[in-house]
Formats: sequence, structure tokens, C-alpha cells
Amino acid sequence: MKCGYYTASTIEDVIARQRAHPGKSAVIAGGTDILLDIEEGKKNADLLIDVTQIPELNQIEEMGGRIRIGAAVTHAAAEKSSVIQRNARLLAEACRSVGSLQIRNIATLAGNVVSAQPAADAAVALTALDAEIEIAGQDGRTTIPILKAYKGVGKSAIDTSSQLVTAITFDALNKNQGSAFIRLEQRTALALPMLNVAAVTALNPDGKTFAWVRIVMAPVGAGPVRAFKAEKSLKDAPVTMDAIKAAAEEAASEANPRSSRLRGSREYRLEVLPVLVRRAVAAAAEEVPGHGLCLEKEAVRL
Amino acid sequence: MITIHFILNGQPVNVEVMATDMLLDVLRGTLHLTGTKKGCGKGECGACTVIMNGRAVNSCMVPVAKADGARIDTIDGLGDPDHLHPLQEAFIEAGAVQCGFCTPGMIMAAKALLDEYPDPSDDEIKEAIAGNYCRCTGYTKIIKAIHIAARMSNGKGGV
Repeated sequence: MKCGYYTASTIEDVIARQRAHPGKSAVIAGGTDILLDIEEGKKNADLLIDVTQIPELNQIEEMGGRIRIGAAVTHAAAEKSSVIQRNARLLAEACRSVGSLQIRNIATLAGNVVSAQPAADAAVALTALDAEIEIAGQDGRTTIPILKAYKGVGKSAIDTSSQLVTAITFDALNKNQGSAFIRLEQRTALALPMLNVAAVTALNPDGKTFAWVRIVMAPVGAGPVRAFKAEKSLKDAPVTMDAIKAAAEEAASEANPRSSRLRGSREYRLEVLPVLVRRAVAAAAEEVPGHGLCLEKEAVRL
Repeated sequence: MITIHFILNGQPVNVEVMATDMLLDVLRGTLHLTGTKKGCGKGECGACTVIMNGRAVNSCMVPVAKADGARIDTIDGLGDPDHLHPLQEAFIEAGAVQCGFCTPGMIMAAKALLDEYPDPSDDEIKEAIAGNYCRCTGYTKIIKAIHIAARMSNGKGGV
């Protein structure tokens, strides 16, 4: 691979280098995607700017109920972090599903988002957490909702020749909220999922009705896909398997999966998707102490 | 070309490289340490596994600039023909080696695991070596070998 490589020490340092190489640089964190893309000619850069040695990008912080994950935090670090395990269990689980340990030890959550692959496990969980992406650029800093970070399959709205992700933030889950991450896979390592679904549910204080629900499905579109209609149908709905089943069918109608020779046809994916959504929403609701969900094991597991 | 400095198997090394050379190619081509194997070259087979700052990584996916100032351990630094490392002894005892191509990566993945968890469960072992392909053994004997090595270390905290 013939290109320059620069290890930056501050965020300002990255921006200055980007300015010095207009349109010709790219940010590298773990590099597990971009190195292959460059090797295969899918991406081009004269200069790679490594951001992993910038101290503030390596932090996971919790402040006033908001979690902030620096852009150089790896999947392995997030998975093991007590802050993440305590406040966003589904994210720890999703991080653990990515690649292999060797990949997770290097690959970052920010990279998982910027690579813009639709089935990226950590990005799917982050979308269910309604995460925001903090970006530094030539004109200062901005924050965008995670769904706005996607322009198409493999196409990020973040231009790493002039911008860099500095952190990913989201609200910590509280005791009235539960979460789940479910992955349909052919093998448990080094394989993209056939489908993955993440859900976060908040119950009203009585434990019998949903306050709100977030449902995210992939790969069924460009980037993680929120099932907004299904979410709306569950607002203030009773926490019952019937309500969850109806919402799961609705969610599948919001999905537009492609056929994959390796990971299932469109028809197959549409058939199993409601089952996964049902399981994810039920498992998330079951996590809330005092939930009123009557455990219909057969219905949940089928 | 730039000069990179790192600690390789306990010894300081300085090496002239292109920053975007992969660590694997520098180890094998420049430093002539051919114990680490090149399999797929894209992070899928684990044959090139080395330990960087205590963590197992695919050296085929690490630009050598990332190794600057790091501690790198490779299979070449483990034991010698007269004094095998416990993992090497255990792999022989359990018959965990057939063609042998995956063995260096497998042993380094196992070493990173045992350094952190001296007495791992089956599931912990499977997770640690899930990124290492072996097309010969069926993995059963490899898992057994890692348990044997853990016992040899006698809970002394790593092998």
C-alpha cells in the first residue's frame, strides 16, 4: 500500500493535516475496514491520519446520565467497560458479536459507524440507544443523530478527508428501561449477521404499559433501520405478547432486505424478521424490574 | 522510510520501514522472524496473530506505524527446542498439531487468553480462538491443550 501515514496527537492536529491535504486524506482508527478498502481499490487516500493515539479519544465517560465513548475506543474495550455493561447492556453484547477477538481488540465503534455497513452490530445497538455522533471539522464542531450519519450502503455522511468523529454519546438506560440485542447468524465469529435486531423499551411506572420503544433492524436498508411505525404502535400499549406480536409484524413491513446468497433471501429474511423483533422487544421488556409481561415462553422462543 | 522502535519478544528493535507496511510483513520480511504465518492477509484466519501490548491482534491488519513504541510478542519468542513453553508442550501432549500452519497464531491467541485468565472455561477458550481457523484438528484437541497449559501454569497467573 503506497500512501503516507501520520499519527496525530490532538484533534486540532488532525484538522490541520486534513487542511494541508485537501480531499486527499482519510482518518484511520482501527483500520480493519479502510485498509482492505484501499487494498481493493474501493477507497483512495494519499495520507492516512491515525487518531488512536489522541488521549481524549480513548475515554469512556459517564456524566449526568449521558455516556460518551471516544472515537478510538475499541469494541473489546467497550464490551469490558463497567460503564457500558451497567448502562447499555445491549451495546456490550453487540460489541462482543463483531468479528473475532483480534478484530475487536483493534476495531473501533466510531469506525463501525463511519464504515456505514448496514449490518454493523455496534452501530445497530447505538441506533437503538438513539446515539449522537460528535464531529470535528474545518468549521468547528457539530453533533448529528446517528441515523443522519448514513448516506447509502457503505457511504457515510462523514467525510474523513475534512472531518473526524470525536465521540459517540447517548443517555444511560435507567431502571424503567430494558434492552436486548439479537443476532441471527450462521456462525458465532467472523461472519456478518443474516439479521440483527436491537430494542430498547421504557415502561410506564405501573409496569403494564410501554412508555416508548425503539426498534432497530439490519441489514434491511442502507444503515440501521428504525421501525418507527411499530414503535408508535407500542406507545402506551399494554405490555403483552399480543401487542408485541402485532408491532413485530408492523416492523417487518418497514424493512426492505436484499437477497444474499450467503446470508438468506429477501423472502426468508422477511419471514424471520418479525420473530426476531418479537423476541428482542419481549426480552427488553423482561429486563425492567416489575414488568407486567406474562411470560409466554413458547411465543417468545418460537 | 521511517524508523520505528518497539520491544520485540523482550528486546528493543529499531527498524527502517514504510509506515504503511503491515507488521506481519516487517516481522517476516525485514526481521526474518518467520514463525508468524501469513494466511488470508485480511484478518479472517488468525494465522498471523501476535500479541501487541498484551492483546491478540492480526498482524496482517496492523500498519507497522501502530507498533511504534509498543510491546510485540510473537511465537518466535516462546521457548526454545530444549525448553518448550508450557503451551507448546501442551499442544504436543494433546496432539493439537496436524499440518501446523495455524499453530503459531493459535498459541499466541491462547497465550493472550491465559495471561489474562489463567484458568479459562471451555467457552472462554472458544471465544479467544474463534478468530483462528484450523482446517485439520476440529479444535477439540486445541481446546484440551489450552486447558493442559493452564494446569501446567498451576494458577500462577499466566504462562
